[in-house]
Amino acid sequence: MKTERVWLAPVLSALFFAVFVGIWHLATVKPVGEVVVDPEYAALIGAAAATGGQSAMPGPGDVASTIWQHLRDPFYDRGTNDKGIGTQLVYSIGRVLTGFALAALVAIPLGFVIGMSPLVYKALDPFIQILKPISPLAWMPLALYTIKDSNISAVFVIFICSLWPMLVNTAFGVASVRKDWLNVARTLEVPRLRTAFRVILPAAAPTLMTGMRISIGIAWLVIVAAEMLVGGTGIGYFVWNEWNNLSITNIITAILFIGLVGMVLDSLLAQLTRAVTYKE
Amino acid sequence: MSQPFLKIEGLTKRYPGAGGKSDFTVFENLFFGIEKGEFACIIGHSGCGKTTILNVLAGLEAATEGVAVMDGREISGPSLERGVVFQSHALLPWLSALGNVAFGVRSRWPRWSAKQVEAHSTRYLEMVHLGAALHKKPAELSGGMKQRVGIARAFAIEPKMLLLDEPFGALDALTRGSIQDELLAIVQATHQTVFMITHDVDEAILLADKVLLMSNGPYARIAEIVEITIPRERTRATIHHDPQYYRIRNHLVDFLVNRSKTYANEERGRGDPLHPPIVRPGLEGSAQVVALAKAAAPVASPPLPSPAVRNRSN
Ligand SMILES: Nc1ncnc2c1ncn2[C@@H]1O[C@H](COP(=O)(O)OP(=O)(O)OP(=O)(O)O)[C@@H](O)[C@H]1O
Ligand SMILES: [Mg+2]
Repeated sequence: MKTERVWLAPVLSALFFAVFVGIWHLATVKPVGEVVVDPEYAALIGAAAATGGQSAMPGPGDVASTIWQHLRDPFYDRGTNDKGIGTQLVYSIGRVLTGFALAALVAIPLGFVIGMSPLVYKALDPFIQILKPISPLAWMPLALYTIKDSNISAVFVIFICSLWPMLVNTAFGVASVRKDWLNVARTLEVPRLRTAFRVILPAAAPTLMTGMRISIGIAWLVIVAAEMLVGGTGIGYFVWNEWNNLSITNIITAILFIGLVGMVLDSLLAQLTRAVTYKE
Repeated sequence: MSQPFLKIEGLTKRYPGAGGKSDFTVFENLFFGIEKGEFACIIGHSGCGKTTILNVLAGLEAATEGVAVMDGREISGPSLERGVVFQSHALLPWLSALGNVAFGVRSRWPRWSAKQVEAHSTRYLEMVHLGAALHKKPAELSGGMKQRVGIARAFAIEPKMLLLDEPFGALDALTRGSIQDELLAIVQATHQTVFMITHDVDEAILLADKVLLMSNGPYARIAEIVEITIPRERTRATIHHDPQYYRIRNHLVDFLVNRSKTYANEERGRGDPLHPPIVRPGLEGSAQVVALAKAAAPVASPPLPSPAVRNRSN
């Protein structure tokens, strides 16, 4: 019974995928049966011309072959507008990780202070409440104006959007550490800094990591839009550029890779979260 | 004049009343002492303020009035000189049993090497028969095992006094019995000074040298101090055979069932809060109230100084 279940889900996944590809194929297949022109003529001038010369939605086969091409040479660099999809992804991941790391450097210590001191919490809460719901992209013009560097501006936008979930979660995690555990540390005369690292940090770690996971998810969502705005490099710019080239195949490929990278980032942090989660 | 090891003088705890209501006085004007090496249990109904007293003794909470003096020094904050076993074990769930004990040991002896810390912690875990579970996390331990880790953690820092807040409250009778035996053996071997809260009359008789009876709150008081006159070489299996056992037990149960309620109303203002009556049920056939001034037995607390002399004695 158990072993049956283990097999069932992947098989079902494969089935769903097959159905999806099938529908996609049927929807995009060249309407051979409906051609108004003489089939021999159509064969002579090509199917594209027969359907009126429009750039048709690519079918699964087209996308698969494009993906294959990208995978064979992901890191080429033939000038500003012609870089491999791997190169572009590396640019985007680099920006996300930089902005995310900077945000963690600010959010975790600050979240600790806010979580430990109800006074600081009350004092900073109005600012956090106002700043938190602002779309990170709204900061873009301000960043471009003050920083005057499109690359750093994109990193700044990632920084801003990663900051809030980590800050709020760290503060919450620190504030809700069990009183008993703090009392244990107090009765054992554990110094404050050691208490912070040995009791509060591990106790708050699961909440903190949840904040990080939310942050990296948002950061990966935002980077595509940010790069569409600032241009130059990155997967967001790649998508925008391929839209200008009207290459739907490349766009679909890029979308697929964005999803895959997002999934990998998320599962990495999910694994880290699992590593610090404790059972009570 | 010798002073008891732990001396409580005029201890009062009030919580400020919410929204302009008058203050809530949990207990007022408590006086008692515990000798070095003595095992004192405190019994009282839920909510009378036992945990509050223990928290004051632990230094986790400040009293509203009065002082607690241990070994000549006023208790003003938590200290490694007092080991606490919490009602809810309070083990750090991300550390193993060994890690939890070592956490305190490292704090007590910061200069020790990791090896020394581990050896010392292991010794105390073996003392509570957890040598086979050193590396298990609290979630992988049973309730009784967790409580034993908590006891090992408190003993391992070798404190001058142990404070136990209903350590066996959440355990089934069988487990409780075996851990009581362990505690009894350890305490008899180490002559540890202990202050323990319990709800269990039999547990108090088995373990304690004296039992403080607390009347119901608010304005709870120490109604009586009952001396357990059964010889120290007690075991759970044989203690029932002692002729004094049932007399003591009846006295304690009678207090909990009947007198603790009425005491608060009837006897407030009566009697001397500085000298709660010392009772030795079981001796000479009936419960006998001994006025403190006349008490000559060596186990009796020496007379406490009046508040006027208190400042000098500190
Ligand atoms: N922070 C607080 N504010 C107001 N009242 C409090 C507070 N903490 C405790 N109390 C009151 O103090 C009284 C004593 O509480 P305490 O926890 O010491 O009781 P206890 O004797 O240990 O009870 P139990 O046997 O159930 O553990 C209770 O009536 C409780 O309502
Ligand atoms: Mg209690």
